[in-house]
Order: sequence, then C-alpha cells, then structure tokens
Amino acid sequence: MPPLSRWAIRAALIYFLVGLTLGMLMLINKGVPIDPTLWRLLSAHTEFLLMGWVAQLALAVAHWIVPRFRGGDYGRLRVAWLSVGLLNAGVLLVGGGTAFGAPDWVTLTGRLLEGGAAIAFAIYIWPRIRPLGSG
Amino acid sequence: MPPLTRWLIRTALIYLVLALIAGVLLAARLLWSLPLPTAGLDTVYLHLFMVGWVTQLIFGVAYWMFPTYSREAPRRNPLLGRIVYGLLNAGLVLRAIAELGRTAQGDVWSWLLVLSAVLLWFAAAGFVVNTWGRIRGR
Repeated sequence: MPPLSRWAIRAALIYFLVGLTLGMLMLINKGVPIDPTLWRLLSAHTEFLLMGWVAQLALAVAHWIVPRFRGGDYGRLRVAWLSVGLLNAGVLLVGGGTAFGAPDWVTLTGRLLEGGAAIAFAIYIWPRIRPLGSG
Repeated sequence: MPPLTRWLIRTALIYLVLALIAGVLLAARLLWSLPLPTAGLDTVYLHLFMVGWVTQLIFGVAYWMFPTYSREAPRRNPLLGRIVYGLLNAGLVLRAIAELGRTAQGDVWSWLLVLSAVLLWFAAAGFVVNTWGRIRGR
C-alpha cells in the first residue's frame, strides 16, 4: 500500500471514529435529552462520514489498486497529494465550521476545496483507468 | 475470501435490500396512508443504507484485502473482527426497531436507542483498532 493511501486511510479512519462519536452523542440525546444544541453536530456528523470517511477511503483505495503505469509509476503524484490535502482541508472547514457555528463563507470555502479535491483527483486518476498491462 | 468477509458482505446485501424496501415505503406513504410506523422511517432508511450496506461492505472488503498484520496474525485479531460484526449488526437492528417503536423521549425505546448508539460506537472503535495496524506498505 503506497504512502498516500496509508495517510488517507488513516485520516479516513479518524473521521469515521469522530463522525460516529458525534452520531452517538446525537442518538443518545435523541433518546435521553442531554443538551438541545447537540443537534448542531448533525452537519459535521454527515460531513465527516460521507466525505471524510467514505469518499476519502474510496480515493485512497483507488490510488492503491487502479493499474499503474510501466515500472510501477503512479503518475502525477503531486496532484494526488494536492487532492487529499484539499479534501481534508475542506472536510475540516465544513464539518468544524457547522459544528462551531462559523460564518457561512467558511462552509462555502470548505465546499469549494472539496470540489477542487474532486477535480484534482479525477485529473490524476483518469489516465490510469485502462486495461492492466497496457503501458 | 475469509469467512468473516463472506458474512459481512452477505449481511450488507441483506441491508441493501431492506434499505431499498424502506425507500419504497417512504415513497409509497406519499401516495397512500399506510398502516405502518412511518415516523423515523427516513432515518432508518438512511442508516440501513449507509451503515448496514456501505459501511459493512467496507468492513468486509478491508478485512479481506488490506495488507496482512503479521505472518502469525494476518488479519490481526479475528475474534475482535467477529465481535465488531456482532456489535455493528446488533446496534443497527436495535436502532431500526427503536426508531420505529419510539413514541416519546424517555420511553423504553428511547433507552434502546441509547444502547444502540453505544453498540455502534464500540463496533466502529473495534474496527479502527483491528484495521489500524494493517495500514502498511506490504
């Protein structure tokens, strides 16, 4: 498993646990009221689990298992790292921003970063989507 | 494919079907008044899909395909893997039943919701513990 995949999967596991913890707090609060402001964590819960966990894990595993170029070359690795960096910055801004009641432009910036991550990853992985052993 | 992965993937497929049935019921209730506990069904639909199907499928494939932990314990701790499987599914089934049965905060269903939250959290923590050491170069 290449370094980028290792870092991204570790980050995904952390988001998974944090996202599940937020979900657990809200679910407990649903059953036995603790603090009504806990519902503010819903967007962060969703963001961490969908983007931080599922989407990031998918990118990380794709980087690992999609056919490489001749000689085991991964292609434009800097673009792949840029994608993972943008994704994590975006998830933190969107999730953290909504949880702590940050201004709306913080969420917008986070979403733009996530969009940039998606574009960067598509540019990076696109040439590798081809039959095994084709060069 | 190890036996635990087969169980996780088969169970995930069952949840996919259940989630889509819940989705059909959600759509049908817009057209007809159904004699079903539809309060909470949207939450159940979402979690059957995301936890029962997506997350459980990830658990199964990761347990199978991630690099081995060591020669002696290739999948780290198989017992913990089985415990995670049990906790995840007990928590999710309990969650679904409690969401549909719940009528007021503080009733018995609400306490079952609390229990389901704890079970699901321990399933996630167990998966992270069992998987973390397998995120390696080979």
